[in-house]
Amino acid sequence: MDKYVCTLCGYVYDPAVGDPDGGIAPGTKFEDIPDDWSCPVCGAGKADFAKEN
Amino acid sequence: MPVTEIKKDIYWVGIVDWNIHDFHGYSKSPQGTTYNAYLVIDDKITLFDSVPAKFQMDLYHQVRSIIPLEKIDYIVCNHIEPDHAGAMPFLMEKIRPEKVFCSKMGHRMLLDHFHQPDWPYHPVQTGDSISLGKRTVQFLETRMLHWPDSMFSYIPEDRLLISNDAFGQNIASSERFDDEIDLAMLMAASSHYYHNIVLPYSQRVTAVLDEVEKLGLQIDMIAPDHGIIWRSNVPLILQAYRDYATQKPNAKAVIVYDTMWHSTEKMAKAIAEGLMEEGVAVKIMHLKQYHHSDVMGELADATGIICGSPTHNNGILPLVADFLTYMKGLRPVGRVGAAFASFGWSGESLNILNDWLKSAKIEVIEPGVKSKNVPDHAKLAECKDLGRQVAMAIKAKVAADA
Repeated sequence: MDKYVCTLCGYVYDPAVGDPDGGIAPGTKFEDIPDDWSCPVCGAGKADFAKEN
Repeated sequence: MPVTEIKKDIYWVGIVDWNIHDFHGYSKSPQGTTYNAYLVIDDKITLFDSVPAKFQMDLYHQVRSIIPLEKIDYIVCNHIEPDHAGAMPFLMEKIRPEKVFCSKMGHRMLLDHFHQPDWPYHPVQTGDSISLGKRTVQFLETRMLHWPDSMFSYIPEDRLLISNDAFGQNIASSERFDDEIDLAMLMAASSHYYHNIVLPYSQRVTAVLDEVEKLGLQIDMIAPDHGIIWRSNVPLILQAYRDYATQKPNAKAVIVYDTMWHSTEKMAKAIAEGLMEEGVAVKIMHLKQYHHSDVMGELADATGIICGSPTHNNGILPLVADFLTYMKGLRPVGRVGAAFASFGWSGESLNILNDWLKSAKIEVIEPGVKSKNVPDHAKLAECKDLGRQVAMAIKAKVAADA
């Protein structure tokens, strides 16, 4: 599963960890996160994330 | 500096730091700065933000001139950076306030900075409000403006926005308000501040300004945590932030360089001539004379960035690397650029500069110009032509935006 980076603040979404505080269970693929989810660090939208190289 | 009543029963109790020219270790602040804290006298006496730890006694005396410090009931931490929260351990010890309000991220950061799990934290989020008695405080999270914890506090009864670092400027002065000092100087300082601190988060700035509009906040005073308070030019600074965030194309270029025996410098001047012939404004900045933060101040309204360095020990000169690192981090968008370089034997610097500019997402006109040692007339003509090419690209961007 791919990790995704917030292009605004640099936070990395790791599917293995998820974002439990934001209601995203560990093991959730980035693609499966709801569109209204936002970066837990800076509040950027899902569209502001890019696949980690 | 005497305390100032900015609204009925609301006081500026900040500190003027007249002689600090090194701001947070990365930007120059040639006019010094202030750390603004605000005291609201209401049923719940509330202090908004504080000052660096080394000024904690100055803050004590400021507050003491109005009320005994221990009368404070609430502390609001809009931002945890040490220039605004550094006095917190001292204040918590002296005041023992009933509540400390901060954002959720601010809560984590207060713990990370001061390691005091027992302080009476009350994390708030956008939409939350508290009553101070006659007044209400509404909170608006402004993440990455310019740290994850940043937030605004808005007092609707006074139409007062306490905006933390947003809308601030590094100006130490005896004046407190925008109508008491030269407006052009104030706007230049605002721009310098934005382009060295807030620029990478421009898309968040636009989002926050939209949110402020959507919430219908009536604002007739913006009280930032650095510098001058806005009361006569509120629409002007709000619009300026929209414009800074948009980074609209403008027919101006900045040429930055460092030089050893002045060959690269000669190239800089020839490139500038090409730009000027095409009617594009130019600023030439030798990095030994200008700090990287002053270059960003100039790049604020410039669409072109042209960078030069001789080859030194198979690389570029250190001050050029310093500037490129700094500029890349500030993520300017919509810029066009080019590189120029002199060399004695190996000549790697031109490619290094091109790669740096591209990695900073600058549209680079390649390959740029390279001169073996001292540029002759033909080489200077090549430089001038590069200046013209960059000018054309800048003008195309300006035209496309019009």
